Amino acid sequence: MRLMKTILSAAAAGLVALAAGAMQPAMAQPTIKIAYTDPLSGPFAQVGDANLKQMQYIIDHINSKGGALGRKFELVPFDNKSQPSDALIALKTATDQNMPFIMQCSGSNIAAALIDGINKHNDRNPDNRIIYLNCGAVATELTNDQCSFWHFRFDLNVAQKAEVMVRALPKTTTKVYLINQDYLFGQSVQRDVGAFIKKLRPDIQIVGDELIPLGKIQDFSPYITKIKASGAQALLTGNWGPDMNLLIKAGIESGIDLNYYTFYAHLAGGPTAIGPGGENRVYAVMSFGENIAPEIGNKEAEDWTNGFRAKHNFDFSAAVFRTIFEHVQAAVNKAGVVDATKIAFAMEGQAMKDFLGYETLMRKDDHQIMTAYYVGVFKKGVKYDAEKTGLGWSTAATIKMDDVQQPTSCKMRRPRI
Amino acid sequence: MEVFVVSLLNGLVYGMLLFMLASGLTLIFSMMGVLNFAHASAYMIGAYFAYTLSLYVGFWVALIVAPILCGLLGAAIEMWGLRRVHKNGHIAELLFTFGLALIIEKVVQMTWGLIAVPYRIPSGLDFPLFDLWGTQFPAYRAFMLLISALMFLSIWLGLTRTRIGLVIQAALTHPDMAGALGHNVPRVFTMVFAAGTALAGLAGVIGGNYRVTEPGMAFSMGPIVFVVVVFGGLGSLTGCFIASILMGLIQTFAVVLDYSLADLLEVFGFVVTKATPGSEFLMVTLPRIAALLPFILLVLILVLRPRGLLGTRDT
Repeated sequence: MRLMKTILSAAAAGLVALAAGAMQPAMAQPTIKIAYTDPLSGPFAQVGDANLKQMQYIIDHINSKGGALGRKFELVPFDNKSQPSDALIALKTATDQNMPFIMQCSGSNIAAALIDGINKHNDRNPDNRIIYLNCGAVATELTNDQCSFWHFRFDLNVAQKAEVMVRALPKTTTKVYLINQDYLFGQSVQRDVGAFIKKLRPDIQIVGDELIPLGKIQDFSPYITKIKASGAQALLTGNWGPDMNLLIKAGIESGIDLNYYTFYAHLAGGPTAIGPGGENRVYAVMSFGENIAPEIGNKEAEDWTNGFRAKHNFDFSAAVFRTIFEHVQAAVNKAGVVDATKIAFAMEGQAMKDFLGYETLMRKDDHQIMTAYYVGVFKKGVKYDAEKTGLGWSTAATIKMDDVQQPTSCKMRRPRI
Repeated sequence: MEVFVVSLLNGLVYGMLLFMLASGLTLIFSMMGVLNFAHASAYMIGAYFAYTLSLYVGFWVALIVAPILCGLLGAAIEMWGLRRVHKNGHIAELLFTFGLALIIEKVVQMTWGLIAVPYRIPSGLDFPLFDLWGTQFPAYRAFMLLISALMFLSIWLGLTRTRIGLVIQAALTHPDMAGALGHNVPRVFTMVFAAGTALAGLAGVIGGNYRVTEPGMAFSMGPIVFVVVVFGGLGSLTGCFIASILMGLIQTFAVVLDYSLADLLEVFGFVVTKATPGSEFLMVTLPRIAALLPFILLVLILVLRPRGLLGTRDT
């Protein structure tokens, strides 16, 4: 049925494109191409697929607002199968076609490979440079020791998210348990959360600190037993995907008195796995939630996110990607020409309000975005529920841009113009 | 004590779920000598069928109908797929089931989407059965234990105490002789394959809402089931049962035992510090490698006893 729909809509889109092509003669300006590479097949395909659809909706909006320099933006997807090598192939294709931007969200190891590849490419080809728009690879190092002039990160890094998480812990919480995935990202969550607890909440005792093999655990009940025995009041985790869903599901089913502080519980599959049992227990450190707009009374933003819900049958959890494209749009307009070097100089230090009305800043020192961030709590009675569960993310705390400013060790190396 | 009892229960539940999956596979494996890579896919399909059915007719009907649908699917695969490929030897069969697993995953993704579906525990079973020192034991887990125990009993009785079981056993070990005696061996194969697939489907029906029903569930469950089958021994239902429970318990208890090789050495008076060569390896605690233990055991048993725990013949 869905396949049928897809075929029909593809055919329809083709017809529309043909008609549009017929109406607009050779006058049309070429589009500004943005390569997008993420897993579009394999076990993590849902992440890339959902991102792609949300970005497409946002780009359509940006284009309806005039694009940049009278040209429209165009997203060109490349499947990288979660492999750095495939991402580098995508980079090669993008530079061969002279695309000024490449975008990647999932996997800091892939991001690191891309940054390295882009640094080399841009050094060697001053006439054909490319900017990396990072929409979700959050390893702290990428805007610190490994920072690059060509890399712009539009999500908070692990250290910033860890600080938000620790600040969100209520005063009554004095015992916490940490579970993270045993690889680069999980280990940095473990390290940063631990560091901020020591710094901001010395009264909190870490009663358990555990690393689990990535994506291998079938049954988390034993961990729950252990957490229970440790007397922890809150579980702090950077887990994502099945490792997050199964962990929380097991915890909630066992009925133990525990709160869950997560980075990714609000993303695809999370709300479904948590279910009604997780009411008022599960917190997510998130860049956006669909209830923020109605909560702050921003009708325009609410209508715009509703437009997505009307078209797609999944949550618009990445609506904040709009900030990326608005920064890009403004920077291209400011540069006055589609030239990666000039756009990059225009983008660094650029400040603007996001669509919810909060300040954002692309910090010049390390190309790390400073933006409002939210702590959501999963509960009933919200205006927009998540994944049709009847429960949704209500904003428990809004952290403004100035509260996530952390020092950076980046020594930015800028090109000569 | 508290941790021990709760872990024991958890281990049992997980072990029994493994057994439901592995029992079908071990039957098929010992019959055709082929590792059916698509077996875990049947588990996934069972879960998705049950989800869709439960939207219309409720969980209890789905519990019966979904495995039957899976069984029919299995019969079709055996009759029109595997049987034709069988002529070309085991490698062809292996590749066939492997390809089938990939196709099924893609079909599931296209039909039900990439995101997990909200397949929930029926409200009639969604209550804590009893309370153990503050940890609730959900009634659904007891239900899972019950279903799998019933299943074990009926397969075992069916195979050892009935005429059909006799024919199946004969066809498994001596297919030509059974054929010569007038039994329709291909039909027995189809039946066993269908029954095995139906069992996997049943595991999916009750495992899908216990865990999460999503397109990656076959991929994540597949390897561990093979471990159980090989570890338990080919064609041995009892071995499969013991192996399943063992794997369940090992994985559960490994998580709660916070020890490392360094701790073991300390018992013998050898203190490992950061300066000791290989200390990083020696200090890895058991929980960090809990999920890998079954595979370590698999390697060990293949080296020490290739026929498996209670296996009657080598591969």
